[in-house]
Amino acid sequence: MTNVKTRQLSVNGVKRTVDAPANETLLETLRRIGAVEVKCGCEKGDCGACAVLLDGEAVDSCLTLTGTVGERAITTVKGLGGAENPHPLQTAFADLGAAQCGYCTPGMIIATQSLLTNDTDTPDEADIRLALSGNLCRCTGYTKIYDAVLDGARAMREAEAAK
Amino acid sequence: MYANFDLLVPDELDQALTMIGGAKTAEDCAPLGGGTNLVVDMRASGKAPAALVSVARLPGLRGITIAEGTVTLGAATTVSDLLRDPRMLEVGAAMVDGSRVFAGQMVRNTATVAGNICCGSPAADLVPPLLALGASVTLRSAGGERTVPLDEYFTGYKTSVRRPDELLTSISWPVPAENSASRFYKLGRRKGDAITMVGVSVLVGMKDGVCSEVRIALGAVGPCVFRAKTAETVLKGKAPSPELVEQAARKAMEEAAPIDDVRATGAYRKQQVQVLVRRLLNQTIESLS
Ligand SMILES: Cc1cc2nc3c(=O)[nH]c(=O)nc-3n(C[C@H](O)[C@H](O)[C@H](O)COP(=O)(O)OP(=O)(O)OC[C@H]3O[C@@H](n4cnc5c(N)ncnc54)[C@H](O)[C@@H]3O)c2cc1C
Ligand code: FES
Ligand code: FES
Repeated sequence: MTNVKTRQLSVNGVKRTVDAPANETLLETLRRIGAVEVKCGCEKGDCGACAVLLDGEAVDSCLTLTGTVGERAITTVKGLGGAENPHPLQTAFADLGAAQCGYCTPGMIIATQSLLTNDTDTPDEADIRLALSGNLCRCTGYTKIYDAVLDGARAMREAEAAK
Repeated sequence: MYANFDLLVPDELDQALTMIGGAKTAEDCAPLGGGTNLVVDMRASGKAPAALVSVARLPGLRGITIAEGTVTLGAATTVSDLLRDPRMLEVGAAMVDGSRVFAGQMVRNTATVAGNICCGSPAADLVPPLLALGASVTLRSAGGERTVPLDEYFTGYKTSVRRPDELLTSISWPVPAENSASRFYKLGRRKGDAITMVGVSVLVGMKDGVCSEVRIALGAVGPCVFRAKTAETVLKGKAPSPELVEQAARKAMEEAAPIDDVRATGAYRKQQVQVLVRRLLNQTIESLS
C-alpha cells in the first residue's frame, strides 16, 4: 500500500481516525473498521447494497474514494437505529416482510431515508420506484419493500406531527 | 481498488487548475468528479491516471443559476440537483426527462453534469438534451478560459477538444424562447438503471406558425452524441405537417450510424431513431399548438 494518509472520518456521530490509501473506497474503509452493516455486492454502483448517507444524501460507498469524504457525516443503517431503538423504516421493513435474506436491506433503508428527507416525505409508487431503482433485491420481488416504504413513511410523518 | 494513484483534494478552483496544469495526457492527471465513471473504470481496467484531482466539492462549482436569459450549471452540479430544482422544467424540460431515467438514486446523487459530458460516452443521457437546448461549455486552465459550443466539443469516440490541463467549469444554454418545448426519450432494455440503446432529444420553437427553432440530437447511434442537422433543416422555417415530420424522422435515421453491440443491433437502433424522432417531434409540436 502506498499513498496512505491518516484521515478523520465521522461515522454515525463518532470520530474515527483511519489510515487509508488513496485508492481505498469508503466501502473498503468502513468494513475494515468494523462497520460491516455496510454490504458489498457488486462494487460497481449497480446494486446499492453499500449505500450510506453522506450529509444526509445516499451514495454508493463502493464508488466513493475515502479521501474525498472530508468532514461530511457518514451514516450507516446502524446510525439510523438498531434492535433496541429501531428507526420507523427498520420497523416497517421487519413488520411487512420486506427483508428475507436481508443483504439488500441496509442499502434499501438508506436509499429510502434519503428519498424521504431530500425529495418527498409523501412518496407515491412512482417516486419509490425512481428512488430505489439503484437497489437490487434477489429475494422479495420488491412488492413488500414498496409496502414497507409507504408504511415507514407514514409512521415517520406521524412521529413528526406528534412532536 | 487495484491501481494506485495520488489523490489531490484542493480547496479552491485555482489550486485545482495548477494541479492539472502540468498534465500532458489524461494518464498524467485527470479530474475526478463524482467518480461514478472513473472509479468503475479504474476497477475494471486495473489502470489509473498517476494523479486524480477531486473537483466535485470545489466552492462555486455546484449550482444552477438562471440570469439574463441564460441557464448556467456549475460543472459539479449533480443529476439529483437538476431533479430537485423546479425551475428546470421551465428552462430545460429535456434535462429533467434525462435526469429521471438516469441510473439509480445513489449514482444520481453523485454523478456530475461535467462528468457525464467528459466521460465522452455516446450513451451519456444528459448530452442529447444539452445539444437540443443549444448548450456551450466553459473550459478553464491556469492560462485562461474559452467557451465551446457543445456541438463542436466531441471529435470522436471518447475524444474531445478539451486539453488535459483544462477543467470543464460550467455548462450554459439560452433560456428557451417562449412557445418552445424540449423532450428526451431513452430507449433501454428496462426502465430502471439501464444503459441507453438509443437516446433522442428534440427542441422545437414555434413563431408565426412556423418552426423557428429545431434541434434534434441522437445518442448511442454513433461514436459520440451528435445533432441530426439534415433532419433539422427539413422542418426549420416551415409550418409543421405530418409529412415533414415523417421526412425529418427518415433523415435522422439516415444520419444515424449505430453499431451492433450487446444491447441492440445497429439495424434496430436505426429503426428506433426514426420512430423516436417522429414521436418526439409530434409531442413537442402538439404541445405548442
Ligand atoms: C450503476 C451506474 C449507472 C449509470 N447509469 C447512467 C445512466 O443512466 N445514464 C448516463 O448517462 N450515465 C450513467 N452512468 C455513468 C455515470 O454515472 C455518468 O456518466 C456520470 O455523469 C459521470 O459523472 P461523474 O461526476 O461521476 O464523473 P467521473 O467518473 O468523476 O468522471 C468521468 C470523466 O470525466 C472527467 N471529468 C469529471 N469532471 C470533470 C471536469 N469538471 N472537467 C473535466 N473533466 C472532468 C474525468 O476525468 C473522467 O474522465 C452510470 C454509472 C453507474 C455506475
Ligand atoms: S457494492 Fe456498491 S453498488 Fe453494489
Ligand atoms: S432480501 Fe435478500 S436481497 Fe433483498
